[in-house]
Amino acid sequence: MHSVKVLGSGCANCERLAALAGQALNELGRTEQVEKVTDYAAIAALGVMATPALVVDDNVVLAGRIPALGVLKDALAERLTTPS
Amino acid sequence: MSELALRLRSGRERYPLVILGLAAVLWVALYAALKPLWDYLIFDLLSLPEERRWSDAIHFFFFDTTKILLLLVGIIFVVRILRSFLSIERTRQLLGGKREGVGNVAAAGLGVATPFCSCSAVPAFIGFVAAGVPLGVTLSFLIASPLVNEVAVVLLFGLFGFTIAALYIVSGLTLAIAAGFVLGKMRLERFVEPFVLEAAASAPGAGPQEAKLTWPERIELGVEEVKTIVGRVWPYLLVAIALGAAIHGWVPESFFARVAGSGNPLAVPAAVALGVPLYSNAAGVLPLIEALHSKGIPIGTLLAFMMAVVALSLPEMILLRRVLRPRLLGIYVGVVASGIVAIGFLFNAVL
Repeated sequence: MHSVKVLGSGCANCERLAALAGQALNELGRTEQVEKVTDYAAIAALGVMATPALVVDDNVVLAGRIPALGVLKDALAERLTTPS
Repeated sequence: MSELALRLRSGRERYPLVILGLAAVLWVALYAALKPLWDYLIFDLLSLPEERRWSDAIHFFFFDTTKILLLLVGIIFVVRILRSFLSIERTRQLLGGKREGVGNVAAAGLGVATPFCSCSAVPAFIGFVAAGVPLGVTLSFLIASPLVNEVAVVLLFGLFGFTIAALYIVSGLTLAIAAGFVLGKMRLERFVEPFVLEAAASAPGAGPQEAKLTWPERIELGVEEVKTIVGRVWPYLLVAIALGAAIHGWVPESFFARVAGSGNPLAVPAAVALGVPLYSNAAGVLPLIEALHSKGIPIGTLLAFMMAVVALSLPEMILLRRVLRPRLLGIYVGVVASGIVAIGFLFNAVL
């Protein structure tokens, strides 16, 4: 099981990215749930300076933008197939 | 996805620079065709009378709307692609070793060039502190980023011409450098929220390295940015241009000249005080500003108003409040607002 987190302080864009990531996981047939991280200290601890950001297993996949669903699926598929 | 969209996508992936070139040619042709197009549609095809207030107002509305939208699409796209060569991580790296002075200049420039949304102000602030960027230098960055933005510059250029747009960029950068420098000299570090220092202490000094972007990805970023910004600002733009057209046509000059003409020394501070709580974007205020300018309100007063609207918005203050204690936030607003008032007076005096 991998951890999938969306970082951001509850702004509209963060909600959009979280929903999009959830949809991507769903379409990939993954069972992981998207975890939202809104605490600034926790966000900073991961070294992220632009929100919304997507983090898989504590690796920052992308930050500061909302990608197209296809791009997101590719990125997630790549990260999730490697063993955690 | 339709076949056309698929073809476009694969074309974009295989020949990105060819596609960019074609788009540029198309854009220039469209821009050049706008005026003749609306002249033809409104005065010839619909045969509305020329040189009448109401028909001129209609022509003004359509021509200005399409011209500004086209300018916005072009410039937002180009700026986003240029910005894709920089990232907030890279900017932090560049600012990390800088001292005050040089650092403020670099931070103001990078504030303009870095892809940055003020919604990320809090994590970016913590990240800058973690990398040892001085407080005043960080503030220069945070002031320049919303103040000198491409939407404001494009609209100023489209509505007022090159000189005003250039003066705006120069004065915006100067304000960001000077305000950050002054705030840095005031030694206000103790008024940063304590949690920032704790978070910064445990945060890595260098952020994650993102993979280098390819040209198709840069184009994708540009397209996304255009969709996001134009999608957000177009209703404001339409309302403001319609109001502008109405003011052009009907409101008498003497009304505004009496209220906020160059004879009133309180006009600039009043414009700034009015602009701070007002939350809008450059697209929402600028067409109005043009209309007011045509009615005799001096440009310095109007620019000061716009700067106050974009640089000191309430939502951004609420975000900054998370990292700055009330005292520092108050001083920050005071210094930036004073700078804007000074710029307003300066423009009124020289233009």
